Amino acid sequence: MKRRDFVQLAGLGAGAMMLPSVPIFGNNITAEQLLTPGMDAALKKQMADVALNAAKSMGATYADARIGRYLNQYVFTREDKVQNVVNTESFGIGIRVIANGTWGFASTNSVDADGIKKATEQAVAIAKANAKIQIEPVRLAPVQGHGEVSWKTPLVKDFKDVPVSEKVELLLSANAAAMENGANFVNSALFMVNEQKYFASTEGSYIDQDVHRIWPTMNVTAIDRSKGKFKTRQGLSAPMGMGYEYLDGIASEKIEGPGGVKLYKNSYDMIEDATEAARQAKEKLTAKSVEPGKYDLVLEPNHLGLTIHESVGHPLELDRVLGYEANYAGTSFATIDKWKSKNFEYGSKVVNLVADKTQVGSLGAVGYDDEGVKCKKWDLVRNGVLVNYQAIRDQVHMLDQNESHGCCYSQSWNDVQFQRMPNVSLEPGNEKYSVNDMVKDVEKGIYIAGRGSYSIDQQRYNFQFGGTVFYEIKNGEVVGMLDDVAYQSNTKEFWNSCSKICDKDDYRMFGSFFDGKGQPSQVSAVSHGSSTTRFNGVNVINTGRNI
Amino acid sequence: MAIYSKEEARKIMEKALNFSKADACEVNLSGSESGNIRYARNSVSTAGHRSNQTLVVQSNFGKKSGTATIDEFDDTSLEKVVRRAEELAQLSPENPEFMEPLGPQTYLESKTYDEAMASVKPEDRTQVAADSIEPARAKDVTAAGFLNDSSGFNAMMNSKGLFAYNKSTNADFTVTMRTNDGTGSGWATREANDLNKLKAGEASKRAIDKAIMSREAKAIEPGKYTVILEPAASAQLIGNMFGSFNARTADEGRSFMSKEGGGTKIGEKIVDERINIWSDPQHPDVPSSTWSGDGLSRKKMNWIENGVVKNLFYSRYWAEQKGVDPVPFPSNGIMDGGTATLDELIKSTKKGILVTRLWYIRTVDPQTLLYTGLTRDGTFFIENGKIKHPVKNFRFNESPIIMLNNLETLGQQERVNGNLIPYMKVRDFTFTSLSDAV
Repeated sequence: MKRRDFVQLAGLGAGAMMLPSVPIFGNNITAEQLLTPGMDAALKKQMADVALNAAKSMGATYADARIGRYLNQYVFTREDKVQNVVNTESFGIGIRVIANGTWGFASTNSVDADGIKKATEQAVAIAKANAKIQIEPVRLAPVQGHGEVSWKTPLVKDFKDVPVSEKVELLLSANAAAMENGANFVNSALFMVNEQKYFASTEGSYIDQDVHRIWPTMNVTAIDRSKGKFKTRQGLSAPMGMGYEYLDGIASEKIEGPGGVKLYKNSYDMIEDATEAARQAKEKLTAKSVEPGKYDLVLEPNHLGLTIHESVGHPLELDRVLGYEANYAGTSFATIDKWKSKNFEYGSKVVNLVADKTQVGSLGAVGYDDEGVKCKKWDLVRNGVLVNYQAIRDQVHMLDQNESHGCCYSQSWNDVQFQRMPNVSLEPGNEKYSVNDMVKDVEKGIYIAGRGSYSIDQQRYNFQFGGTVFYEIKNGEVVGMLDDVAYQSNTKEFWNSCSKICDKDDYRMFGSFFDGKGQPSQVSAVSHGSSTTRFNGVNVINTGRNI
Repeated sequence: MAIYSKEEARKIMEKALNFSKADACEVNLSGSESGNIRYARNSVSTAGHRSNQTLVVQSNFGKKSGTATIDEFDDTSLEKVVRRAEELAQLSPENPEFMEPLGPQTYLESKTYDEAMASVKPEDRTQVAADSIEPARAKDVTAAGFLNDSSGFNAMMNSKGLFAYNKSTNADFTVTMRTNDGTGSGWATREANDLNKLKAGEASKRAIDKAIMSREAKAIEPGKYTVILEPAASAQLIGNMFGSFNARTADEGRSFMSKEGGGTKIGEKIVDERINIWSDPQHPDVPSSTWSGDGLSRKKMNWIENGVVKNLFYSRYWAEQKGVDPVPFPSNGIMDGGTATLDELIKSTKKGILVTRLWYIRTVDPQTLLYTGLTRDGTFFIENGKIKHPVKNFRFNESPIIMLNNLETLGQQERVNGNLIPYMKVRDFTFTSLSDAV
């Protein structure tokens, strides 16, 4: 679904401009339908077998079937109004085959024997037609058939069991807190996602998974009408692979950062954050415009996560490295020869970056990926050196490896699965070191919290990032808020300027529901963990303009 | 087949409405079939076929509304989905901004459907890929491309008598050609509602030429340069500018279109007086739906005339608040061009940069519509009317408002993302750093 459709679905009009671009996939359904159990596993197995048997009889050498039921709920509000409550359901089957050594895929929402057979025929016909221009047949890394297994996101409160009125009340209370503290406008929303997906393959796996995600968002705007100026402060929440318990706002999960910024680990206090957002949005209206130059940057995890995503997560996707994404997302500077050299210094010695599809609470966590591979954790950069990529079954042979990394994903039954970014995180420092210790060591620097503007080139060299709030550090002290800040750097130079990382007590996750890749474009949800980290001597530009 | 004719769609929706017991009821029915092929490394990678259809029912009691959907259309299913929407409406809080469904509307005739496009076969797509890969291989270049063709319909009906139907087809093709030494990259795109107009082979040739021309780019200092922007380079910046053409956010004081002291910039000159931007769903080169998702009729509309803001979008709610007619978001954008060809624009340039396209464009400051992003897939230095050599890619930080104020010359138009955008020569475009990316 495109942004245009989202705007219509959300019934937001103007307000939608203030919200993140949300490609909602699915149809609207009533609240009680969300609670109806879907097709049971035995029936799903039967339907999947229809596809697998049909594919084999049509000459496919491999087939997988994914039966998906996607139940989502979205609540949209602004100030004291509920704009819309949307329940969506999407149900269907996607069938992927290898015939004549070539991939083919087809999907349908007619999940009966006839519909499934017809889609399987289309998938096989596509594979056979394309085999004529295929250079090398598809090679799949071996995978163990898992038999009948299941996996579920560990959660305390299923969003589907929480009444809509409770969700509405939370958002309206947060909005009221922002308005009482001087905001002119607030848009807030709750996105709650449940992917019920069933995977079956001709290799003997029947995998039933129940995946949950949640994301509270908010945009708080303060206006100076006399000057025609406005400033917005986004919420400092993170989307999580958790249940509704993320919104409990538990005190032990709160952290206070430099400048008094209130931050959250695995539990979010939306009302407190709304109060702070209003105060900071107003402060931004009169904050000092940054003096361009070199600064030591102290980057908070809810900010650094996006930098990790763009400058580490994407360049180490093997499909990009090899050229499969050349026509869309681009390729990568982190070429195979650099990896083979075993001495490519991606970052300084303190930099350890890991890929992990098992991290509890993360958006990418599942038991098995979308081609039936059991998920795991592996190193990408160890002691600053590039050691591996992210690869799936039809790619790992190109790395002379014979085990898929288990990071294949499709956004729905309606789209083909392919290599997607797992959670990619920066390991915390080993020594005891707090954010306050870090600020004390900085002579001329900027503390940046929260996500902002982000842009990076198609090979992931040159990037520019903004943030949500910026605080100037002078001689070890935070001296006040800054505005118009963005930093421009080069990936290798930036990660090699990494000088200090806070310990595990400061570790928390950033995330995105909407990592985009592929043609047709698909979104994927992914988390990035880190502790507050310092980068020395980074180029900061001033983004203020007069028109 | 997921595509219903006008009469088939009408029959299903009438049945659904007959089950309604709400104050008002509105139904939307849609379906689509699409096929795609993706290739890279001079070979096919993934390809697929997708099919889907949906009926959405919105019922309301006063200002309380509920929505439910279904993808089965027998009588029992239709009644069930209407009852569900009504139950949800009764449970929902009142939305003070809820608008009653519209009454009957008159729509212009739509020109978005091509019969030939609706019957594309897997072999046709394979051929498009082959016609792109073979010439690439012959020139020591690697092709990566994507073709997607789709046909679909949208229909809408409500208990106040409104009925709308639109059937459309579309094909999009993009291709990136990279030289095998890794130092050159070229890109081209084509799109059409009619497959015969797509000319994918021609696009592939253009991308190959650009890839070869862009090998071994030289670094030049970032700064302010005169640029020739191909339509694909400026289209997104112009599109982003339209994101601020929303009357409500402008009135609320949180948009570039907000006027200092209150109100909107309607009537103000914001860009060069040669800039005219309008929309027209019936334009033969960029046909689009003649009605919007909420049932409003789309007609020819001026947005910027001689550099002056003429109209902003008004939702039905905001239009009522302001006592004006609602203005739907347009389904295409047409920017008037000139007669100059790309060659003529280059010939008339003493010193400048030719930009094929811009990439990863993101908002830096919504107040000034400042955006950042990078050049990609063919950036060239022009001196004394000739392309001198390829240059390394740049990062820019620029506002489309400044870009359209610094206009030098308008060239001929091309279709990009369903819009018609001209080639443009612009002075003082701000490049802020260099990128090593090819």
